[in-house]
Amino acid sequence: MEIALSPIWLSFQLALITSILLFIIGVPIAYALSQSRSRYKFLWEAVFSLPLVLPPSVLGFYLLLAFSPNSGLGLFLKDVFQIQLVFTFSGLVIGSVIYSFPFMVQPVQAAMENLPKSYYEAAQTMGKTRWEILRFIILPNIQPALLSGLVLSFAHTIGEFGVVLMLGGNIPEVTRVASLAVFDEVESLNYSAAHFYSFILLISSFVVIALTYWLNKKTKLIGV
Amino acid sequence: MIEVNVQKRLMTSDGERDLKVRFGLSPNQITAICGKSGVGKTTLLRIIAGLDKADKGLIKIGTHTWFDESQNIQLKAQQRKVGFLFQDFALFPNMTVRENLSFALQSKEDNYLIDQLLEETELQKLQDRYPKQLSGGQQQRTALARALVQKPDILLLDEPLSALDIETRLKLQKLLQRLQSKYEMTVLMVSHDILEIARLAHQIIKIDNFEAQVYDHVQDAFPMEVIQSQIQALEAIYQSKKTNPNPR
Repeated sequence: MEIALSPIWLSFQLALITSILLFIIGVPIAYALSQSRSRYKFLWEAVFSLPLVLPPSVLGFYLLLAFSPNSGLGLFLKDVFQIQLVFTFSGLVIGSVIYSFPFMVQPVQAAMENLPKSYYEAAQTMGKTRWEILRFIILPNIQPALLSGLVLSFAHTIGEFGVVLMLGGNIPEVTRVASLAVFDEVESLNYSAAHFYSFILLISSFVVIALTYWLNKKTKLIGV
Repeated sequence: MIEVNVQKRLMTSDGERDLKVRFGLSPNQITAICGKSGVGKTTLLRIIAGLDKADKGLIKIGTHTWFDESQNIQLKAQQRKVGFLFQDFALFPNMTVRENLSFALQSKEDNYLIDQLLEETELQKLQDRYPKQLSGGQQQRTALARALVQKPDILLLDEPLSALDIETRLKLQKLLQRLQSKYEMTVLMVSHDILEIARLAHQIIKIDNFEAQVYDHVQDAFPMEVIQSQIQALEAIYQSKKTNPNPR
């Protein structure tokens, strides 16, 4: 019996693209939140943390409605950009970015807020811009948190199920990622294939998490 | 001439109070600010640096206006030429001593200043170390050198020496004095230490009851019995050290 490898590749591709995008989007947002003194900051934080508590199927359901060609947004994307997000890989990427958002933003924001304010202020008196302060002072001093954010988003995306099922529709070679393949194989009583996918997910998740803890320990020892 | 005339509402243990201060600083002099905790000494430094905003008033450095509430002028900290020495030194942990200095450099023409200041603060041999690998006094010297590399119009020191032991403190007082006269800097420093003030300051600003009084001599700023009690306290420490040189 032959076991398709495409679900594994799809999962890793999705997780990689999602973590990179989240890094690019999440770091500036975490920076803005950590600097914000607005009284409505808590509302933003609540919105960005919502994916932590929301059932993935609920998130998937709303994204499905929003992206469907019958909705305003879906129609707009289709007419103007010829993009369809429902049942496509791009749709999965967007869904995953939203779903894993807090896993990037929270550790990075917390680390930024833990840095002494005087670093920021000292740099201000040296005439440095916000961007220069982020690039040369904040980011180099929160490397462990950046790494945690990347790894957690990666691992969390690998483990995603509800959102990809709702939004992707479980199409082989396109949107059937490993976590969905496990479910499918169990449904059809094909336990050896289910074992195969599950074992790869188990081992890769463990390796990624263990690597983070190890790197974190190392950076702490160096103390930079 | 530096002119400061500002008002700022402070949250104190007795509720809201308005800090009202007005003073002039002659250039190339050290001025000490003293007063009880919570009267807004640090806030005053932060207002001058542009890190906090005053409610009313005016800050002028020579012909430059840094803050004028009536004309809605409020220069950002980035646009003011200040050197600020923070209580926690605020050295960037990811940069070596030398990198900390060169990061603060305002123009490439001042590059020579880095080596010059490293020499003057006796940091040449430590220039490739990270802040974590330095003692408190060394960190303090790095922070001082870093503030000077910016060639500030005014150097603001927030209790710069309070965290250091007495010997390091005396050494740094001498260093500060030497650098101040060499680079002809205008210095404004918060200090609680009467002896330090007596030794360094050309002018004293005492904040009492949220208003500032300016004195030219330490004996005018503090009653004799306060000065005497400080000397007695020091003597007592000295005596106990003599009889018991290694307390631990």
